[in-house]
Amino acid sequence: MWRRIVIACVLALVPVVILAYGLRANPRAIPSPLVGRVAPEFALPRFDGAGEVRLADLRGRVVVVNFWASWCIPCREEAAALEAVWRRHQDDGVVMVGVNIQDRRAAAGQFLMETRPTYPNVVDATGATSIAYGIYGVPETFVLDREGRIRARHVGAISAETLAGHVGRLVGGGT
Amino acid sequence: MSWLVAVLVLLIAGPAVAAAPTDREVDQVASQLRCVVCQNLSVADSPSEMARQMRNLVRERLAAGESPEQVKAYFVERYGEWVLLSPPTRGFALIAWGLPLGVLGGGMIVALLVLRRWTARGAAARGPENDDVDPAALAAVRAELAKRRPQ
Repeated sequence: MWRRIVIACVLALVPVVILAYGLRANPRAIPSPLVGRVAPEFALPRFDGAGEVRLADLRGRVVVVNFWASWCIPCREEAAALEAVWRRHQDDGVVMVGVNIQDRRAAAGQFLMETRPTYPNVVDATGATSIAYGIYGVPETFVLDREGRIRARHVGAISAETLAGHVGRLVGGGT
Repeated sequence: MSWLVAVLVLLIAGPAVAAAPTDREVDQVASQLRCVVCQNLSVADSPSEMARQMRNLVRERLAAGESPEQVKAYFVERYGEWVLLSPPTRGFALIAWGLPLGVLGGGMIVALLVLRRWTARGAAARGPENDDVDPAALAAVRAELAKRRPQ
């Protein structure tokens, strides 16, 4: 009799464990198939009106591509870290590009007035570039090596240490 | 001469017709794609900006002559198979399709076995050997019961 009850309890626990695992997993943590592959090309207009930024023109440099929106709180939080890493590494052949997505132009302009990044920012009005990069939220940051291959992807606000770590590895590697 | 005009019109209009996907064709693909900023909502059903942009991209790629499969493959390439609302019917994802059917089948077999055992036990309880009571003993028990019954 007891043996049966124990077996029944163990069997009943199996779906509970599976459900618990499923509910604990973060539905927003999605593995990207893009890491290790060549980054999708883009040519997007700059906010300051100084023409376009073309990824193809940046081959041979380590490129940081940061997707952001003015309504995104973590984007505001990471702005200082991005600027700091950019200032530290801009003479090491590193290029940083901010890509504004899912936004209104006026609000995005206001955001740039407040955070004052010194690296170029472009706007992806159609969303084609953000979809090409498999973006599902903001902020997301991609670090590209000198061959234009995506070497790191970070979802959510990135810290200066994390970003400097990725950039430093690629700059130091000299590849 | 008129047939030549007709052929020319068909030649020009043919690709143009293919180049303008209907809303239904766009929805057909969009309904199979997961809205990436929502939870459990398709690109066709979501009112979000991101889903709108994804629908536009579906329309553009269909208009450029891609098949629905090619459009879906484009999204899978960027987002992984996660972007498809139905898991693929191959590899590890087959479990998602097979497991429910397997569990259902297994449960039915178990239920059948248990039912058969119960009916067999019930039949055994009412078995003929139990009717086989010695008439003399039965009469003695009945007499004893009658004697003890309160007046």
